[in-house]
Amino acid sequence: MNLDFSDDQKQLQDQIRRYLTEKCTPAVVRSGLEGGEPFARDLYRGLAEMGVLGVAIPEAYGGVGLSHLELCLAAEELGRALAPVPVASSIYLAAEFLLQAGTEAQKKAWLPRLASGEAVGTFAFVEGQGRMTPDKIAAAVRDGRLTGAKSPVPDGDIADLAIVAARSGAGRGEMAISLFLVDLNGPGAARETLTSIDPTRSQARLVFDGAPAERLGGEGEGWAIASQVMDRAAILMAFEQVGGADRALEMARDYALDRMAFGRQIGSFQAIKHMLADMYVSATLARSNCYYGAWALASGSSELPVAAATARVSATQAFQHCAKNNIQVHGGMGFTWAFDCHLFYRRSNALALALGSLSTWEDLLIERLRGANTQAA
Amino acid sequence: MDFEDTSEEAAFRAEARAWIQANAPKHLEAELKRAGFASSGIESEDPLAAGKAWQKKKAEAGWACLNWPKEYGGGARSPIERVIWGQEEGIYGALSSPLIIGHGMCGPTVMAWASEDHKRRLLPPLASGEEIWCQLFSEPAGGSDLAGLRTSAVKAEDGSGDWIINGQKIWTSGAQYSQWGLLITRTNPDAPKHKGLTMFFLSMSTPGIEVRPIKQANGQSGFNEVYFTDVRIPDDQRLGAVGQGWEVSLTTLMNERLSIGSGMSTGFPELFEFCLEAEVDGRPAVDDSAVRSRLAQFAVKQSGLKYTGMRAITALSKGETPGPENSIGKLVAGATMQELAMFALDLQGQAGVVQDESSPMNARFQQILMRSPATRIEGGSDEILRNIIGERVLGLPGDIRVDKDVPFRDIPTSGRK
Repeated sequence: MNLDFSDDQKQLQDQIRRYLTEKCTPAVVRSGLEGGEPFARDLYRGLAEMGVLGVAIPEAYGGVGLSHLELCLAAEELGRALAPVPVASSIYLAAEFLLQAGTEAQKKAWLPRLASGEAVGTFAFVEGQGRMTPDKIAAAVRDGRLTGAKSPVPDGDIADLAIVAARSGAGRGEMAISLFLVDLNGPGAARETLTSIDPTRSQARLVFDGAPAERLGGEGEGWAIASQVMDRAAILMAFEQVGGADRALEMARDYALDRMAFGRQIGSFQAIKHMLADMYVSATLARSNCYYGAWALASGSSELPVAAATARVSATQAFQHCAKNNIQVHGGMGFTWAFDCHLFYRRSNALALALGSLSTWEDLLIERLRGANTQAA
Repeated sequence: MDFEDTSEEAAFRAEARAWIQANAPKHLEAELKRAGFASSGIESEDPLAAGKAWQKKKAEAGWACLNWPKEYGGGARSPIERVIWGQEEGIYGALSSPLIIGHGMCGPTVMAWASEDHKRRLLPPLASGEEIWCQLFSEPAGGSDLAGLRTSAVKAEDGSGDWIINGQKIWTSGAQYSQWGLLITRTNPDAPKHKGLTMFFLSMSTPGIEVRPIKQANGQSGFNEVYFTDVRIPDDQRLGAVGQGWEVSLTTLMNERLSIGSGMSTGFPELFEFCLEAEVDGRPAVDDSAVRSRLAQFAVKQSGLKYTGMRAITALSKGETPGPENSIGKLVAGATMQELAMFALDLQGQAGVVQDESSPMNARFQQILMRSPATRIEGGSDEILRNIIGERVLGLPGDIRVDKDVPFRDIPTSGRK
């Protein structure tokens, strides 16, 4: 029984934390929020040089060739630091799509550039409001040309490569959807940045008008591949959320120790103490569920779909819970622009929707537990 | 990261499994499997006798109190081996529930504080289940505020050195069938509350002790009141120094909260099974999106507890002490099982009010509903556990206290200001 990371892995995590503490300062996180660059290019380059971006990408494709366990810990640190970089879009999603479904040529063409940070990738999936279903996808590819619009696309304004879910071929329902690689700097692709609740990770609307599109994976397999890759990304995202939850809890704890009211530290009041204890409980349950997810991801277990939904539901709630109560513990100061509480609040609510909302993942979890139950019986 | 045993652990597991396979009381298996909540549920024979018989068998083969030293009747095994044993013992472990307080709390306290002679006399029969112990701590005036207890121990005036005990304990599990009790008393009401306490052990057949069962809100009687009227005990039954009782009690309470690999059940597997069967609007309940959302909430709590337990076991397996994350088990499980029971009854509609053989899953959810309020109180209430997490894990300051550094006799109590 070993539900823990190795000492080497923890050492790597420490190294990433030290780097981010130094380089990913509140000023860097706020840049996108205050009209600066849409993402921290220097920080992203630095993470690439440390090998963080390519940590789980094989050496043959320009990566470091370690495992997804290391990537989980990197994700935790990126979440903790609120890093304003497109690692989720480019690595958890784009690189993972290529690894899972790419041809040798596609992997060779893109993975080294994603691992080095030279190119940024993203997944262009959503069209409009509500839970995504195959029917909602109107974007279509004919004769290798993509037409349609995707919105919101995380990091779509800064990405070079989009993996686009679009209609193609004669299949129906899920089988009508295929995936395509589209060069966003090429012809027929336009983009605009969207105003969002969390500008530290930007969102964009992408419009395609006959953009050259190269299929990734088999025709009609797009929905199935996307489900698999989103499960894998959900576990990594859950680690980001747990990192953010822990940091928000620490901020609240530190403030409760520091702030005096009614002649005493506010952390000595049970109303505050119990709120913090409940935040600790949420964060701890989520961390344990994330470790289950990490195990499933690294071992290729058949439990991965259940583990992914479990980690995702648990971590979404923990981060939202800790971020909102962090503001509450800070009182009025927590609602000022100057304090960082709102950065965690923004990120927690944005990540809660990325990859599908909480209710979507709750539904997936029970559907999958039911499937597992039927199989067992 | 893996869920595999080391080769030593696997060997131990195989040995334990083989012995259990050959020796467990198989005739009770069916009853134990459909057991009600919070008891072994044995009805075909006396549950206490069944528990003692199983414990005796284990003791004779060296499987009792695995982590205790051999000279005190234990198995001298590692903490991780104890966890593996628990996993293999499975449903049969419930048979030993009348012995848990003795093994988990009183035994470790005796081991830490009693004389060598007493340890050799008291611990082996405790390990083998021949003698049962109870914990005489809580009082009407001291539950969460344990140090507010008022049961007095006064030196006998005859110069014998004996102590005379007067007062009342409450919420004492198993007092009616215990041979021994671990008793905390107030020996100095002039000292501040935590400093005037002294710990003893005593035979429950000492003259002057009266045990009265408490009828609980759910109709069962697992707890008792214990009255002490001029109960005389010799000074050599004292554990720790006079006035050191609080420190001694912390040994007991720390053991109480150190339930490793907790994985406390929340009732989720049963709820999920029920939702596959039950119907909402003519479809299986599990297909209803509102039901799914609630189920998912319960699922991630159950799973979070399970893997938190596994993280603790991992620490044990590496020879480390599990971290404070272990303190969340009962806090989460208690509240979750209560909400879960209410939800299960809600799905049963108006028929959910019925608690008889027609109720789904042997009326398990009705039982959980009626038992779970106690889970949120016993062994540290939700509020005390949140204080512990806040103060010991997160490092928050204690509450400002009006009863500190005040002689105990000057502290206001209910009905006396």
